[in-house]
Amino acid sequence: MASQTREAAIVGLYEYPLRKVEPGTTALRIKTDSAAKALADAGLSWKDVDGLYDAGDGGGYAGLELASYFGFKPNVIDTSATGGSSYEVQAAHAMRDIAAGKCKVALLTYGSTAHSQARAIGTGGGTGAGAPNWIGNMEDSWGQTLIANYALVAHRHMHQYGTTPEQLAEISVATRAHAVRNPEAVKAMEDLGFVGTGEVSIQDVVESRMIADPLTLLQCCMVSDGGGALVIAARDVARGCKKPPVWLLGGGEATAYPENNRDITISAAAQSAPAAFGEAGVTADELDIAMIYDSFTITVLTILEDLGFCKKGEGGAFVSGGRLRWDTPGVALNTDGGGLSSNHPGMRGLFLLLEAGRQLRGESTSQKQGAKLAVAHGNGGMLGTRHVAGTVILAAD
Amino acid sequence: MPRPLPRFPEPDTEKFWEATKRHELTYPTCDSCSAIIFYPRQHCPQCGSDKQTWHTSRGEGTVYSYSVIRQNRNPSFKDLGAYALAWIDLDEGFRMMSNVTGVGDPTKDIKVGMRVKVQWEDQPDSELSLPLFVPA
Ligand SMILES: [Zn+2]
Repeated sequence: MASQTREAAIVGLYEYPLRKVEPGTTALRIKTDSAAKALADAGLSWKDVDGLYDAGDGGGYAGLELASYFGFKPNVIDTSATGGSSYEVQAAHAMRDIAAGKCKVALLTYGSTAHSQARAIGTGGGTGAGAPNWIGNMEDSWGQTLIANYALVAHRHMHQYGTTPEQLAEISVATRAHAVRNPEAVKAMEDLGFVGTGEVSIQDVVESRMIADPLTLLQCCMVSDGGGALVIAARDVARGCKKPPVWLLGGGEATAYPENNRDITISAAAQSAPAAFGEAGVTADELDIAMIYDSFTITVLTILEDLGFCKKGEGGAFVSGGRLRWDTPGVALNTDGGGLSSNHPGMRGLFLLLEAGRQLRGESTSQKQGAKLAVAHGNGGMLGTRHVAGTVILAAD
Repeated sequence: MPRPLPRFPEPDTEKFWEATKRHELTYPTCDSCSAIIFYPRQHCPQCGSDKQTWHTSRGEGTVYSYSVIRQNRNPSFKDLGAYALAWIDLDEGFRMMSNVTGVGDPTKDIKVGMRVKVQWEDQPDSELSLPLFVPA
């Protein structure tokens, strides 16, 4: 069990409820609305914030326009923007900055109107637009889509370890089972026009429309609107907040990218996880909750292995038999419904921390009884080419 | 609509694409540590040296992984039908992204580990040629 000192905790959180926003809503408005509600959840005020963490999703340069709009004069301005993992990286930095005495109340916000803008995130692919660059010149001519990029990892995983489509489908089945218990996720699926919003079977997932072999429709995350906010505070502040603190025990960050002879079944999590678990003083088998960026099923399977829940290549067997559900023994995966079935506005990392926080407060719609320890692992960029991983270990009070 | 082609000026990849006009698949190695530098760039990512020598590949390799894309909203690809994206491991030791083509049914006839060789696809409005791969 953890032996570290507890310097920083999640004290306030808020998830923007709409996945299809009212016309005229902007990302900046979602960030601001969420910030106010997360501070209220903590029992803190606007003026208590002295650390601003911003990926630039509200527009303009990260950290620059948001402080001005909010009206903050923060002592820490962290602009980590690593795509979907931005919030795990920012939370780890907030923990470090608070422990160093640089700030006491850190605010992380996210807003996106990806759905309303009809962004073709998964099936858009390289367009050959923008300034010429060394990556685009080597990759844009092949018609690569984001889904196909992840599918490259899936095929290699199947080839190398014998992983099956049915095993990958277990991940969609478990997250959907959690989504149907979460009213906001059900509303999301309805608002975004899902054909079915109930539980799905392995067969449903495997037999859904093929998008990019071997990934079928029900193995791909949705494209929604959304956002939220997270308040992380120093121990003395946390003790005076409205809700029980959820402690941040450890953080890690790493990157992986194409290299000759690289094994693409190993993600950057293999480097970020030992750093986070080492700092926290815990191991994967002690965890109750795994919030893992489920852009696609293969993302989760690979990262479960890299986090140390099982050996590399054994992820297929590990996820089988409904093991990831909230109501079966062992770790529960993405109990909010995940990106597959609750929300995915482009950078899902914040929601991983929000649901980990709710679980460790006892507030989840698929509450794991007695949940004490959780991991939030974000993966930003693309699994099959280049990505940044952020791992955060959290504990109940 | 034709495929997006590499655009210039772009100093790191210009030499690679110049050679495609002669149907040559080329790659640089580091003069200092012999590492293959791919994708091409100014320095060797293993040792930092900026001295390198270019070589011509025989254009033969193995499919490291692939996916058959059924849906792409990009106008250059949306009418292509199912097509295969792949990582190809060239026998000289470098890995590149490309397409595997020249098979009857891409959804059935491509496998991880299959042997492939380069096939040049000349472009209608450019001197550049695209290195695609077909079964060897
Ligand atoms: Zn070198």
